Amino acid sequence: MPKIESKNVHLHYGPFHALKGINMSIEKNTVCALIGPSGCGKSTFLRLFNRMNDLIDGVKIEGNCLIDGKDIYSKEVHIDDLRKRVGMVFQKPNPFPKTIFENVAFGLRVNGITHKTFIDERVERCLKQAALWEEVKDKLKKSAMELSGGQQQRLCIARALAIEPSVILMDEPASALDPISTSKIEELIYELKSQYTIIIVTHNMQQAGRVSDTTAFFYVGELIEFNSTKKIFTNPTDIKTQNYITGRFG
Amino acid sequence: MTHLDTELKNLKTDMIEMFGLVLSQLNKSQEALINLDKDLAREVLINERRVNGFELKIDRDCENIIALFNPVAVDLRFVLATMKINSNLERIGDIAEGICQFVLNIKLEPEKELLAKTRIVEMFETGASILEDVMNAFEKEDTRLARSVFKNDEILDEININSTQAVADFIRANPERINQSLYTLSTIRKLERVGDQCKNIAEEIIFYIEAKVLKHKPRAQKQQMNDDEI
Repeated sequence: MPKIESKNVHLHYGPFHALKGINMSIEKNTVCALIGPSGCGKSTFLRLFNRMNDLIDGVKIEGNCLIDGKDIYSKEVHIDDLRKRVGMVFQKPNPFPKTIFENVAFGLRVNGITHKTFIDERVERCLKQAALWEEVKDKLKKSAMELSGGQQQRLCIARALAIEPSVILMDEPASALDPISTSKIEELIYELKSQYTIIIVTHNMQQAGRVSDTTAFFYVGELIEFNSTKKIFTNPTDIKTQNYITGRFG
Repeated sequence: MTHLDTELKNLKTDMIEMFGLVLSQLNKSQEALINLDKDLAREVLINERRVNGFELKIDRDCENIIALFNPVAVDLRFVLATMKINSNLERIGDIAEGICQFVLNIKLEPEKELLAKTRIVEMFETGASILEDVMNAFEKEDTRLARSVFKNDEILDEININSTQAVADFIRANPERINQSLYTLSTIRKLERVGDQCKNIAEEIIFYIEAKVLKHKPRAQKQQMNDDEI
């Protein structure tokens, strides 16, 4: 059974048809890159899986979005439970104006966990998983705002990991970072893959090639091609994919 | 046209010039051997340096394109194929040089009877014609023309196989011309390699255009692929 699946998903923002019948299956413990020109629907598609589109006025969603075979838009699914299973990292690092420690512990506290040792251990483990522990272990009580952009983004990843999701959604997580921070985030994605299923939106073709197992190319709301990343970047089937990845349109 | 397009276009232009240079080297080596024209043979040896220089330039350009533009899909296949074709062409250049080295070493004009019996002129002409075909196939991105090389190379193979007997018969009848006979046989073997290099080039052209890997596939299968398309 695929970890994540979309079946004939259509999404309308009012009169605008943003996603047109998307069918896609993403296997467990893989990284899927979503690529395509701005406005093609890739971020909209990403946000389907933690139901962030629900917040937008006039949005209409048809079709099925499944995680572990269960429709996440069914009435039985509580949105808070869904977001415990699906973490998200955004384009710009958005730490809370709190200490480094509290940023990671926040999700746990919100979920009613108060046990100090438990929280301490979880924070340390998540910071280690996010490859940030060594850099911050002596300043956990300092404000997260004092960290560099790359560190803040890794802190946001640690924060997402703290609630133990099984899926992580990343919307251009390295686009605001310098090359060294970018490479750290990419290494991190590679390591996290063994425990999580990751979907990443990226405008950087080389990044998609480096970090993902599968790549989906979106264009004007349609899924043009979904295939292994190797196939997409060496011999794409659709001429539109080829033209996009070789920089000839988009 | 994007910056990458311009770079790829320049690379292709250089490759076509390299093809032309190597083809000319091969034709001149034929003329030098048949007419025992030592001046022409020397010219080929001098031009060989140009072939080597061109090879290095094209390799460097490919390396730069990969490093600076990160080409993907058809662009990546083009650059990879170009690197391999470049090396195949340089080897054909080496073959022409080897033949001219032999021309400079021999004293007597090659025996007409030996040349006729070994069909060496036909071999030169077929080799040059195949090389011209792959050059045109590369320039026009014509995979059908590239595939024709697999069939035409059989002519070279056939002449090569029969040449051993022809040379043996000639040596028996003319034992005093044994050295020249063996040199001739070695030239035939070299020309057979021209066919192999051209086949490699044809495979790379098909890889670049159709993303199909024909390398190490039996000849029948390569031709089967051809028939499918017809």
